[in-house]
Amino acid sequence: MSNDPTHQFLVNKIVPIEIGGIDFSFTNASLFMVATVAVATGFLYFTTGQRGLVPSRMQSVSEMSYEFIASMLREGAGSHGMKFFPFVFSLFMFVLTANLLGMMPYFFTVTSQIIVTFALALLVIGTVVVYGFYKHGFGFLKLFVPSGVPGALLPLVVSIEVISFLSRPISLSIRLFANMLAGHITLKVFAGFVTSLSALGAVGVAGAILPLFMTVALTGLEFLVSFLQAYVFAVLTCMYLNDAVHPGGH
Amino acid sequence: MSVTLASAESTPFEIAQAETPADTHETPADTHAAQPAGEVHTETGVAHGEEAGSGVFPPFDQTTFASQLLWLAITFGLFYLLMSKVVIPRIGGILETRHDRIAQDLDEASRLKAEADAAIAAYEQDLASARAKGNGIASAAREEAKAKADAERAKIEASLQDKIAGAETRIAEIKAKALADVGTIAEETTTALVEQLIGSKATKAEIASAVKSVAGK
Repeated sequence: MSNDPTHQFLVNKIVPIEIGGIDFSFTNASLFMVATVAVATGFLYFTTGQRGLVPSRMQSVSEMSYEFIASMLREGAGSHGMKFFPFVFSLFMFVLTANLLGMMPYFFTVTSQIIVTFALALLVIGTVVVYGFYKHGFGFLKLFVPSGVPGALLPLVVSIEVISFLSRPISLSIRLFANMLAGHITLKVFAGFVTSLSALGAVGVAGAILPLFMTVALTGLEFLVSFLQAYVFAVLTCMYLNDAVHPGGH
Repeated sequence: MSVTLASAESTPFEIAQAETPADTHETPADTHAAQPAGEVHTETGVAHGEEAGSGVFPPFDQTTFASQLLWLAITFGLFYLLMSKVVIPRIGGILETRHDRIAQDLDEASRLKAEADAAIAAYEQDLASARAKGNGIASAAREEAKAKADAERAKIEASLQDKIAGAETRIAEIKAKALADVGTIAEETTTALVEQLIGSKATKAEIASAVKSVAGK
């Protein structure tokens, strides 16, 4: 059972809650969502507690993540996009912390659930659509009509633009979900090789060295992927928000 | 959309769960894999009826979607509030304070630099004026020394001139006296010569006139 590579993605009820016939149980997924919030908030809150003029190491980590997202958003969506800074910062920190927490052995990976990443992606696209229409009215639809396109090509271009817009929440959510899922399964499979091979005696133990190295290397890679996927998620969020802020073009 | 899907599917599942509540609670991991739950699932799971006994691939298990969405909404909403109300103002405040402080320090530095520049300019000016003053004093001293030397030289030259003049008058006097003596000597010599030649004395007057006539030539 524990050798099943998908076992780590099982959602188990901790406190069963049922409202109106719908299962809203507090599960291990919920627990790690709470843990993500607690760890991320705790880190950002306590490292900046001293408000040092010359920052300590941990304080500069918090400040760097702040400035990292701030510059990303300013480059991606301009200074008008800065009103979305708390949103993008929360998204980045949430995804990053969830990814990194998932790297701990026996920890549940919140972002390896398609529904979680899809909900976050829908939140992003929903924000873009709502803010776009609120700010520009029907001018937001200019997003689908690039300027300078000859009239004959317009129907084709517009349909491509609409399809690409509709595929955004799917690609955004699948990218994060699939990366986390595949990485964790690969890690689990290679780690499983180590235990099953070493059960075969001396030859098996010698043969287990290779998958052990793979496991170590993959662990490093997965930490990189954890950061990279959070970064990609935040960068794409900034790009999509740019469409809401400046739908006419660039 | 997914919430309604989950609710439609989770109802029979929860009935099964309600039948064996203690069992599912104690070994929650087995709910999906264990046969009864799996059977319930395959019976109801028409939408994704490809699984036989192993249950659904956990991330696609739609029975968990409602709970995950609810808790994601709660936790992410809370996280967003904490970030926007507490953490971001705090870090933003720290960074702003630092930028202000740096700007202030830069202002202070540029003010001090201006002061230093002014001090250097004043120093240069003092130096230039001191140099000019020194030059003035030196040239004045030189002028004075030159004037003094000139005066001295003029005085010495004047005294030399006097001496030369005195010497010249004396030489003239001596010359005149000598010239005057020349007549007398010539008369005496003439007297002696005449006496020797003709043996008689010529008169003094004759000799004087003779000499005068020769001298007059």
